[in-house]
Amino acid sequence: MGGYTLTELGSIFVMQGFAGLSLFSVLLLMALGLAIIFVQMGVINMAHGEFMTIGAYTTVMFSVLTAKFAPGFIDYYFPFAMLVSFLIAFGIGYFVEFAMIRHLYKRPLDTLLATWGLSLIMQQIFRSAFGAREVSATLPEWLLGSFQPTESIDIPLNGIFVMGLTVFVTLGVFYFLFKSRWGLRVRATTQNRIMAGAVGVNTRLVDRVSFALGCGIAGIAGAAFTTITSTGPTTGTLYTVDTFLVVVFGGAASLFGTIASAFSIAQAQSIMEFFMTGSMAKVLTLLIIIGILMLRPEGLFSIKVRK
Amino acid sequence: MKAIYNNLLGGRQGVIGLALLAALIFLVLPMFLDIFRLNLVGKYLTYAFAAVSLVLIWGYGGILSLGQGVFFGLGGYCMAMFLKLEASSPENTAIQSTPGIPDFMDWNQLTQLPWFWEPFNSFPFTLFAILAVPGLLAYIIGVAMFKRRVGGVYFSIITQAIAAILTILIVGQQGLTGGINGITDLKTLHGWDIRTDSAKYLLYYINGGLLIGVILLSRFILSSKLGRLLLVMRDKEDRVRFSGYDVSNFKIFIFCVAAMISAMGGAMFTLQVGFMSPSFVGIVPSIEMVIFAAVGGRMSLIGAVYGALIVNYGKTYFSETFPELWLFLMGGLFIAVVMFFPNGLAGLYEKHGKRIMEKIKSLRRKPTPPAEKTLAAGNDTSAAAREAA
Repeated sequence: MGGYTLTELGSIFVMQGFAGLSLFSVLLLMALGLAIIFVQMGVINMAHGEFMTIGAYTTVMFSVLTAKFAPGFIDYYFPFAMLVSFLIAFGIGYFVEFAMIRHLYKRPLDTLLATWGLSLIMQQIFRSAFGAREVSATLPEWLLGSFQPTESIDIPLNGIFVMGLTVFVTLGVFYFLFKSRWGLRVRATTQNRIMAGAVGVNTRLVDRVSFALGCGIAGIAGAAFTTITSTGPTTGTLYTVDTFLVVVFGGAASLFGTIASAFSIAQAQSIMEFFMTGSMAKVLTLLIIIGILMLRPEGLFSIKVRK
Repeated sequence: MKAIYNNLLGGRQGVIGLALLAALIFLVLPMFLDIFRLNLVGKYLTYAFAAVSLVLIWGYGGILSLGQGVFFGLGGYCMAMFLKLEASSPENTAIQSTPGIPDFMDWNQLTQLPWFWEPFNSFPFTLFAILAVPGLLAYIIGVAMFKRRVGGVYFSIITQAIAAILTILIVGQQGLTGGINGITDLKTLHGWDIRTDSAKYLLYYINGGLLIGVILLSRFILSSKLGRLLLVMRDKEDRVRFSGYDVSNFKIFIFCVAAMISAMGGAMFTLQVGFMSPSFVGIVPSIEMVIFAAVGGRMSLIGAVYGALIVNYGKTYFSETFPELWLFLMGGLFIAVVMFFPNGLAGLYEKHGKRIMEKIKSLRRKPTPPAEKTLAAGNDTSAAAREAA
C-alpha cells in the first residue's frame, strides 16, 4: 500500500466502502427476494437475475417514455417506475409459479434446471425486445451530483438513495415475514406444510404469493440497479450466482445473516478492487466465501434445528 | 464369464444397446459424413464423456455437480499446455522477443516460462496430469463438502461458484493462461500433425473407443456393490449411514471418478478441435452438460451419449440457421425435460419403445389364429351368462 498517505488511505476506504455499499444494496435487495424463495420455499430460482432485469428494463422504459411524452414529469417518475417494476415482476413471478414451479416442489434440483431454462428464454426475449446493447435510464435531477463531507471524499447521491431504498425494503420484508398475518402463514407453511394446511392455511396460495413477492423484490432491485449502471440482456445472470452465495453464506433461515453476508461480500470485493484488478478481487472474494463455507457449511448465522 | 456378461455388458439389453452405439459411432457416422462433419461429431462425443460422468454422480449418486465444465476444462487445458509448448519451439517462435515461450506470454511481456508450465514439456506427465489435476481438485472439494455433509442444493451452488472462479481466473491471468482467447494454434503431437484429415479420422476413432471404454467402466462401477450403495444413498442416505457405511467416502470416490471421466473428454476435445478456451469451463457449459445427461436420461449411460449428440446437433443446426430461436429452444428443452420427461430419452424408450418392440416380436413369432379369438369371446359370453344367471 506504499505511496498513499494515511489520510488518503482513509478517504480511499470511505469511498471504496461507499461503492461497496451500493453493491451491497443491490446484492441485499436481490438476496432478500431469493431468501424468501430459496430458504422459505426450497426452490432454486436461477432466473432470479432475470426478474431483476425485468425491473431494470421497466424503469428504463419509464424514463424513456417520460422524457418523450411528459418531460416536466422527469423529476418524479422514479417512484412510479419502481412500483410498476415491482408489480410486473410480481405478476410474472405469480404466473411462473402457477405454470411451472408448483409442479416441482418435491424435486428441488429440478427447479434449478427448469428455472435455468426459463432464464435463457427470458434473456432471449430481452435481446429481441430491447436489443443486445446496454441501455440506461435518464436519472432525475435530484439523483445526480454528489455529497462532499471533506475535500477528498466524494459520495454520489444515487448511492445514498439506493441505500435508503434498501433499508426501507428490508424493513418492509421484516415486517411482512415476522409481524404480519401473511408472514405467519408463510412461516407456518415452511415449518410444517401439512399441519399448516390442516389448520386452514391455504398453502398453495401462500407458495404462490411468496414466490411472486420474491420476484417482485428482485424487480425493485432492478429499478435501483438502473440508478447505478446500465442494463443489458444478460446483466441479471451475472448477479444470480453471487446472490445465491450471499444467501448460502449468510446461513439459511436467517434474514440477519443475509444482511451481514451481503455486507461483508460487497465490502470485501470493493475494497480489494482498489488494490488489485477487478477479476482478482472477485476470485479472492469467492475463494474466501467458499473457504469459509467449507469450514462452516451452515453459513455465518444459523438457527439450530433438529432434523 | 456369466458374471462379466451380466455386470459389465448389462445382459442382453445392454449388449444390444452398446453394439448399436458402437455401430453408429464406428461405422454409420464415418460412412455418411465428410471429415468436417465427422470432426464435429467427435467434438459432441467429447461432451458425452461429461454427460456419462453426470449419469454416475447425478443420476445414480443424486449429487448434482454444476462443475463438470471445470474438470472438462482442466483436462483440456492440460492437453493444450503440452501441445502449445510443442508448437512454440524456439524455431517456430523466432520472431518473438523471447523465443521458445507461447505467443500469448510474449504479448504479455513475460520473459520466462511460468513454473507450472515447465512439467508440461513431458508427454507422460501431461497424460498423468490430465487425470490427476481434476481428480485432485475433485478430491479436495469432495472431502471438504461431503465429510461435512454438505449436499443437495448447497453442493450444486458451490460447484457452480467454483466454475465461476476458474473462468474469472483464466480470463484475468491473460499472460499465464491465454486469457479469454484460450490456448490456440495447436499444431502437432510429438511431431504428428493433428490438423490433417487422417489425424482427425484417427482421433475420432480413439475418442469413440475411449468413450465405449468409459461406458464399460461406469457399468462395472454401477453394477458392483458400490453402485448399489450409491443408489441407496441417493434415496435414503441416513439408513446407509446407520448400517455402518461411511457415506462420504463413497461420494468422494464417485465424484473423483466423474471428474476424471470429464477430464478425458476435455483432453480429447482439445486434440480434435485444436484449441481450448475459458468458454468451455464456466457456468454455462457446465449446466449445458447437465442438460445433455437429462435429455438422454439421467439413469442411462448410453442415453447420455445420445443426449449429447442430439442436443449439440440441434445447437449447431439452429445456431447456424435460426440464431434467434436457439436460446428459446434450449430453454424450452430444459423446462420440457424436467417437467414432462424426467427420465429423458431412455425413459421414453422404457415406457413406449419396449412395448412396441415386444409387439413387433410377438407379431413375428406367432400370428394369433382367429379361431382362438372367437373361443375367447365365447368364453367371455359364457362367463357373462353365468354371472347374469
